[in-house]
Amino acid sequence: MAHKHENHSVEENFEFSSELKRKLIIAAIIGVALVGIGAFLINAGIWGPGGFQGAHEAGHAAAGHATEHGASGESHEEGSLMNRIIANLWMNSVYFLGISLVGVFFLSYNYVAKAGWYTSFKRIPEAFPSFMVVPAAVILILFLIPSTRHIVFHWTHDGIMDPTSHHFDKIIAGKSWYLNFGFFLARILVYFVVWYYLWLQIRKYSLLEDQNNDISYYNKSRSYAKMFLIFFAVTSSTAAWDLSMSIDTHWFSTMFGWYHLASWHVAGLAAIMLSIILLKEKGYMKGVNESAIQDLGKLMFGFSIFWAYVWFSQFLLIFYANLPEETIYFEERFNGYDGRYFVPFYASLVLNFIFPLLVLMARGSKRNFTLLKLACAAILIGHWFDFYQMQMPGIAKGQGGIGLIEWGTTLTFASLFIYFVANQLSKANLYPKNHPFLEESLHHDI
Amino acid sequence: MANNKFLIGVYNDEDTILHAVSDVRGGGVNIHEVYTPYAIHGMDQALGYKRASMGVAAFLFGITGTALAFLLTFWTLGFDWPMNIGGKNFIPFPTNIPIVFELTVLLASYGMAFTFFVMEGLGPTTKPVIFDQRITDDKFVMAIDLSKNKDSEKNITEILSKSGAVEVNVKEV
Repeated sequence: MAHKHENHSVEENFEFSSELKRKLIIAAIIGVALVGIGAFLINAGIWGPGGFQGAHEAGHAAAGHATEHGASGESHEEGSLMNRIIANLWMNSVYFLGISLVGVFFLSYNYVAKAGWYTSFKRIPEAFPSFMVVPAAVILILFLIPSTRHIVFHWTHDGIMDPTSHHFDKIIAGKSWYLNFGFFLARILVYFVVWYYLWLQIRKYSLLEDQNNDISYYNKSRSYAKMFLIFFAVTSSTAAWDLSMSIDTHWFSTMFGWYHLASWHVAGLAAIMLSIILLKEKGYMKGVNESAIQDLGKLMFGFSIFWAYVWFSQFLLIFYANLPEETIYFEERFNGYDGRYFVPFYASLVLNFIFPLLVLMARGSKRNFTLLKLACAAILIGHWFDFYQMQMPGIAKGQGGIGLIEWGTTLTFASLFIYFVANQLSKANLYPKNHPFLEESLHHDI
Repeated sequence: MANNKFLIGVYNDEDTILHAVSDVRGGGVNIHEVYTPYAIHGMDQALGYKRASMGVAAFLFGITGTALAFLLTFWTLGFDWPMNIGGKNFIPFPTNIPIVFELTVLLASYGMAFTFFVMEGLGPTTKPVIFDQRITDDKFVMAIDLSKNKDSEKNITEILSKSGAVEVNVKEV
């Protein structure tokens, strides 16, 4: 290479200390405890947005659909609080599933593009998908238990697709070929299994490459990356419909798949960036140079704008057409349920678009760790709000709020995520030392 | 650039010229420009160039576009000729966004292109100076404007040869 670079050893091991392990497990337990405390306080009517007033509101909303709650004899307070907890589990599962998944998505498109710049920090996105098992398990469990399934998905209610039943809903019945128990279960099982399998293969060849210096591993990883991209091209949209859009069963949007993927993707990029910066601050990953950081920052910046673009396209179509069955979606978020989803809705817009747009625009800020961390935090929190406003109004209805339950669930998911990723990172060398593009990446210069 | 005398150092590869740039500048010689068949990493730093503030220009042009687009849509649809479209407000903010977006991009890109032309002194009548035909092929060329250097022609020639130039030519433009 033309000019001097510091030479770093490509042998580096991340040590997952027992202290960090303990802290993460304690944080996860605190999260669960917070949910318990939050639920207790709301139930006792002592503290928390929502409370009894929210439960009353939920009763109103439910009355229109004549749900099974009244018949089953559950009190509204309990049932509604359950809605909120289930909604939190579901939205955090979908959110963290996306971040994990973006790890393998990021690797795949870079493999297919034969990109070299990202190689120095390739092990970080490679570690992300190991967490996929947790959200996948939560989603499967919530779907398999009938009572929680009914809370999440309106379309699973008994008799809703049966013309003779008084619960019959013609519009939902029209979607029964796609939204039925067997097909839905098969779909989400296929997503999880194939996504995870393809990641395992890419990971396997990446680790084998560390032991034997052979280009064939790179080529094999590339084939699996191609398969993943083809599979993900379809399943990213269908998963968005299944996991998020079918919550509001009547409503649909043709932009939703892209919008959902954009949200997942940019949150994943921010998580990758944050991991690199945190590792760098602990003295690891010195080989990841400023240019690589800046390039990743550009992706964060660009895909924040992309997210806003898709978000707005969806909004504009609905705003302009002004069809009641479509505008109900935004009406619920602007004014519905005492306007409790108004703030998260706009928080998502500000944190995901305006803030990253202004903070990440300049070249210098994409090389400044403080600003990058700020932007990462804004994007991660912002997209959490994005999933919150996608799923909460449909599941938690009038019980939604932001309080101990939300903080607790998110804390548990986040600490488990860090645990899984750190565990996976500690299993291999931090640099893919025989990757054909590693040298190029270490000297990346823009 | 009427009748300026230039010294042209011709080099065989990128490593040599990159080091030569530092040597020649270290010898107190002002370099007019370096011409290479392809971009060389680190050449900007070696030549001591500051980063062009193109981004600032882009931002200012872009924000002008945003403002103009808002002005245009608000004035035409809201004041000059208010029209009732689907019962919406006379100034429906979301419907203006595509126009705002497009005009922002348009002004930012055109503005940047014209800024570039002005900054580089390029225009329809500009006659490019080719110091050596071989820069489009396999040679790396360093041009030194003698009028901007106090050092004698002989001394600079020596510095160039020492730094690895395979030939040193004189060219008047």
